[in-house]
Amino acid sequence: MSLLEVSGLRAGYGIVEVLFGLDFSVDEGELVVVLGANGAGKTTTLRAISGMIPCEGSITFDGAEVRGKRPDQLLSAGIAHVPQGRGTITALSVQDNLRVGAYQRSGREVDSDMELWLEAFPRLGERRDQQAGSMSGGEQQMLAIARAFMSRPRLLLLDEPSLGLAPLVTREVFDRLREATSETGTAVLLVEQNANLALDFAGRAYVLEAGEIVAAGPAEELQHDETIQKAYLGL
Amino acid sequence: MTDFLQVVVVGLGNGAVYAMLGLGLVVIYRSTGLLNFAQGELAMFSTFIVWTIWNAGVPMWLAVIGGMAGGFLIGTLLHQVAVSPIGDPHEKPLAVVIVTIGLFLALNGAAQLIWGTVDRRLEPLFGLDQVTIGGVAIQWQKIGAGLVLAALVAAFSLLFQKTKVGLAMRAVASNSESAGLCGVPVPRILMLGWGLAAATGTLAGVFTAPQVGLGTNLMQLTLIFGFAAITLGGFDSVAGAVIGGLVVGVLSSVVPQYVSVFERMPLAPALILILAVLLFRPEGLFGSKQVNRV
Repeated sequence: MSLLEVSGLRAGYGIVEVLFGLDFSVDEGELVVVLGANGAGKTTTLRAISGMIPCEGSITFDGAEVRGKRPDQLLSAGIAHVPQGRGTITALSVQDNLRVGAYQRSGREVDSDMELWLEAFPRLGERRDQQAGSMSGGEQQMLAIARAFMSRPRLLLLDEPSLGLAPLVTREVFDRLREATSETGTAVLLVEQNANLALDFAGRAYVLEAGEIVAAGPAEELQHDETIQKAYLGL
Repeated sequence: MTDFLQVVVVGLGNGAVYAMLGLGLVVIYRSTGLLNFAQGELAMFSTFIVWTIWNAGVPMWLAVIGGMAGGFLIGTLLHQVAVSPIGDPHEKPLAVVIVTIGLFLALNGAAQLIWGTVDRRLEPLFGLDQVTIGGVAIQWQKIGAGLVLAALVAAFSLLFQKTKVGLAMRAVASNSESAGLCGVPVPRILMLGWGLAAATGTLAGVFTAPQVGLGTNLMQLTLIFGFAAITLGGFDSVAGAVIGGLVVGVLSSVVPQYVSVFERMPLAPALILILAVLLFRPEGLFGSKQVNRV
């Protein structure tokens, strides 16, 4: 059984339907990417899973139905979500952001975890007392990711970390992310527009178009499948 | 000179009370990013609770604690019943502000229904005695207000800077969606903010009532001074609320005394101050300037 199993997921905003019955899964420790153009429903998919918007269908995590739960309840179940636009808490310092990330944990481990992540993301370590809102986009993205890891999640939902970042910075973000996941064994469900980068990162991929999954398979296969590339990925 | 000092002392005493009410406003601002217009009426309502308990023969200090507890409960209840159902204050700020104005009217009406329209007498928490230092008479009540304010500041600084709940309150104020994604139970944090603000307001009411008489319009002037205080000090700063409160208190006491134009409009200096701050330093003296890079 997979760690996250989604079947028949339908969601939207008011009367506008965005997702028309998605089926997909993420295994323990697996890196999965959902690719798709703007408006395909990528962000909506993540928001539905983490309980930010109402949805229909079934979402099971570790065997238990989690549909309809609040984000903070899902976090305690083990799902952390880095939203689109990074979602750093701009008025707080780097360290306070990380502390909020560990809100549901307590004890000395929290401090040692914080040191760990400040080391793993050296750019954050240099700025531990800086107000998050005053940092660059890349630094804020790294902070958002590090903060999500502070909850020791089993599954990380990651929404377009490359958005608005220069290619070199995006590289750095993905390098750090790859190290972090391999060290912690955290599963990742990534949604991205940047297909090349995402397929390099992930082991398996789904292609989302207009609210439906139109292709799925190992990332490497999709990377070399010309019809899919031309039709959906614009490579 | 003695006359001047006397006026300043009176101003400081009043200012301490404005600061107390201002602290309640800061607490709500810190968790919701909004001004709570019902803050003064909440304080008035819970001061009536203090009066009711005291009037039944309970010692004043115990009645104050009872009133604060009552205020806390009413604050959390109102948040759950009237504010929370409106939705996220960060998404619908105007709707929530309007609701707080509605609560202002509702609380005032409820207090009139329960306690009537005749002013009640509330005993000063620190008695009627005074000490004279260098020819300046200082009522114990004023000194008490200063001490209570100091204790409140210490408590709130600890809360915001050293506790997890305080961190959560700051996080929710800045970005409630992300705070929720980090596992902060946002609705409960907001509810707590309302409770704490109402409990703090009780103290402001308890110090105001012996001076002006306990009626349903008890806090309406104080609320305006409280707004002036936090505008000057910065909406999100505990220290700012205190300094702002004291400055506004002294200003409103000294200026009408020496500038005849203001004799018959003692509120005007505070309002001029609000305007000046908003024009020249909108984040206030100690408020944090929001820096956002995209």
